[in-house]
Amino acid sequence: MDEITSVFVTESREQLAALEAALLELENQPGDDDTLNAIFRSAHTIKGGAGVIECGYIVAFTHVVENLLDKLRNAEITLDSDLIALLLACSDHIGNLLGVLEAGAPGPGEDLAAEGEALLARLQRDWLSGEKAASRSGPPAAVPPPIHSSGGSAVETDCWHISLRFGADVLRNGMDPLSFLRYLGTIGRIERLETLTDTLPEAAQMDPESCYLGFEISFSSNADKAAIERVFDFVRDDCALQILPPHSRLADYVALINSLPEDSMRLGEILVRVGALTQAELDEGLAAQHRPPAADAPSAEAEAEAEAPHTQIGEILVEHKVVQPELVEAAVARQKQVTEKKSAEARLIRIQADKLDRLIDLVGELVIAGASVSLLAGKSGSSELIEAASLSSRLVEGIRDAALQLRMVQIGETFNRFNRVVRDTSRELGKDIELVIAGGETELDKSMVEKIGDPLMHLVRNAMDHGLEQPAVREASGKPARGRLELNAFHDSGSIVIEVADDGAGLNRERILAKAVERGLAQPGQTLSDAEVYNLIFEPGFSTAEQVTNISGRGVGMDVVRRNIQGLRGSVEVSSTPGQGSRFAIRLPLTLAIIDGFLVGIGDAAYVIPLDSVVECVELAEEGSGRDYVNLRGEVLPLVRLRQLFAMEGEAPARQNVVVVQYAGTKSGIVVDQLMGEFQTVIKPLGSIFRNIRGIGGSTILGSGEVALILDVQALVQRCANTEEQRTGAAARALPATARA
Amino acid sequence: MATRKKKTAPALVIAEDMTIYNAASHKQRLLDALQATERLEIDLSAVSEIDTAGFQLLVLLKREARRLGKEAQIVAHSEAVRDLLDFYNMAAAFGDPLLIPAAKA
Repeated sequence: MDEITSVFVTESREQLAALEAALLELENQPGDDDTLNAIFRSAHTIKGGAGVIECGYIVAFTHVVENLLDKLRNAEITLDSDLIALLLACSDHIGNLLGVLEAGAPGPGEDLAAEGEALLARLQRDWLSGEKAASRSGPPAAVPPPIHSSGGSAVETDCWHISLRFGADVLRNGMDPLSFLRYLGTIGRIERLETLTDTLPEAAQMDPESCYLGFEISFSSNADKAAIERVFDFVRDDCALQILPPHSRLADYVALINSLPEDSMRLGEILVRVGALTQAELDEGLAAQHRPPAADAPSAEAEAEAEAPHTQIGEILVEHKVVQPELVEAAVARQKQVTEKKSAEARLIRIQADKLDRLIDLVGELVIAGASVSLLAGKSGSSELIEAASLSSRLVEGIRDAALQLRMVQIGETFNRFNRVVRDTSRELGKDIELVIAGGETELDKSMVEKIGDPLMHLVRNAMDHGLEQPAVREASGKPARGRLELNAFHDSGSIVIEVADDGAGLNRERILAKAVERGLAQPGQTLSDAEVYNLIFEPGFSTAEQVTNISGRGVGMDVVRRNIQGLRGSVEVSSTPGQGSRFAIRLPLTLAIIDGFLVGIGDAAYVIPLDSVVECVELAEEGSGRDYVNLRGEVLPLVRLRQLFAMEGEAPARQNVVVVQYAGTKSGIVVDQLMGEFQTVIKPLGSIFRNIRGIGGSTILGSGEVALILDVQALVQRCANTEEQRTGAAARALPATARA
Repeated sequence: MATRKKKTAPALVIAEDMTIYNAASHKQRLLDALQATERLEIDLSAVSEIDTAGFQLLVLLKREARRLGKEAQIVAHSEAVRDLLDFYNMAAAFGDPLLIPAAKA
């Protein structure tokens, strides 16, 4: 796929997302012209782009959709939920067609083509009726007035100059100049824009619903004049539009100045301000016109271009009695400001993901190499070398953080996809559900964002299907008929938490427990805390839904959710209040690639514990060395003895240490021989044969070249808690009178 | 300090959208507020939507303040307001301090 096609696909997907969002918005607020226009523009942009890359099947399909939208816009047909559903289907179909294009196939496959035909037939039959040919939509074909170029030298610039004066009723008619100008930005680049507010009357006379604005715009685009005019089609009757093509002569500008209502002095200033580049080159042409072959005319020199043209344009405009000299000076200063601002704006770059991955890989290697340098420096004992090494390792740390930051994306986009899901599903289920999104600006690693989509989808569907009740049931229990589903994300000490919450019925503790006993997941009479009961729903094959719907209830969801999330080194918890709803909290590490680790030793082997989870380190008291728990300042701290857990040979040294780790509120102690300090860790995944090993999360390479295993704190803590559970459970059964500690 | 305090009323906080739908009431409110003080501070940080009608009101207010020899300053912009002023290239003309959001990488 060539570059232009891939750009088209990317941008069209963005347009489609916007289109879908706008359709959904339109459903909530029918009759909003702005939104309708936005939809039309999206479709139009896709069609235009498809035309450019000569992708016939997308053009053909989108064209019909656009026709329909045009009819909508002209109020020839009215919008209802059927039509919105149909348009959503069309938008999905365009997405599929983009997929075809992306895959490099010559055209859509049979199924897809049939789907397209069916959609088109529906559009045609139900909405466009027979008179399609007569009402070929689209903006009236604006015939561009022929552009005369009558002698005189033309300027070399690519910029169009557009003068716009909006009529008073534009706003009242529901059209906002802003949306036209923003749309203008989609067919080219607005190089400069100046807003004219001169016609704004005195406060007393000013009608807040009238429009008093005018704009002078310098615009670079490959579009033709008709295309630019078409942007303003909707307000054509309501605005004064003048377009000067690129390569116009100064005389044209002077004519423009004279034809516009504002006083010509101010306009001259504005033209200079707007058309910095245009004017500079225009000057050149002018200089040639007004002077004999000018040796001192600005040529390629940047310096000359910066200084000379302005003085020239100044002279010329003054000569034409257009501008006073001091005005020009002010304009030049203003121009400089604008240029600086523009360069600050160009701060978004599209990068291919694999280049970024390569960078991250390299940074990972750099971290390892840096660790090796630090190690050797430490051994050498040369204080200067140590200092240099520590400086460079600090820089490496900075590079690591900055590189990882590059991969961070906001989660909002993922969340917004659920608008559609919630809409479709709530229809299907006959429920009224409102989706509330918060924390969309929270950032996390791009690869995570991609992988979290499916688990989130499961949770959202589950919440809608099982969690939220039918409107009638809700009203009967005194809740608003409209259910509320929340998606929320926030950062919490080195991890990101994503919450899916509903205000539905909540989890049914009794039913879950009964089911668990039936499935042999729990013993009858076993004492379980609420959290433990709720977490049973993540066991494989567990579903308490009485009815299996095609949305959820087959019990294949939740264990997959948990597995996927654990695959991302995350965890999922559920809390619930009967009658008030439930809340699923997914906790994920911020990144998958590099972490700060804490290096510990057992015998000859080194292990890394993620530093985020380390709370403190204490020495293992000698008298406690036989038990599996210690008294940590009055708290019972269960211990995990790595030496036993991993069946390592050799005797434990006289003094052992305990690393206290915490995960999701539970603390445990990991007993190790040695504490070796902090260590930047590049996580290398373990091969697939080690996949089922519990307690190890990955491996890493130490500065010395040795391999260290990264401990999976979550699994260890859980293991600890389970053993504890069994023991106290047994104790509770043996001594029913004893309260649980 | 004391005299200045007298003149500067507490910042006028606009929490609704500034669109054509409520432009008339906003106009009255802004002008009344300007009437009442020498130095008006407006807090727009809670304005989630602003359109051209809202923008015109800001222009009007600025001009009216200048005409009366008063001062009207927007002390806080929401993102929507900032975007609009940027797009219309009026940020410099308004001359209010604009806070660039930190996490705009």
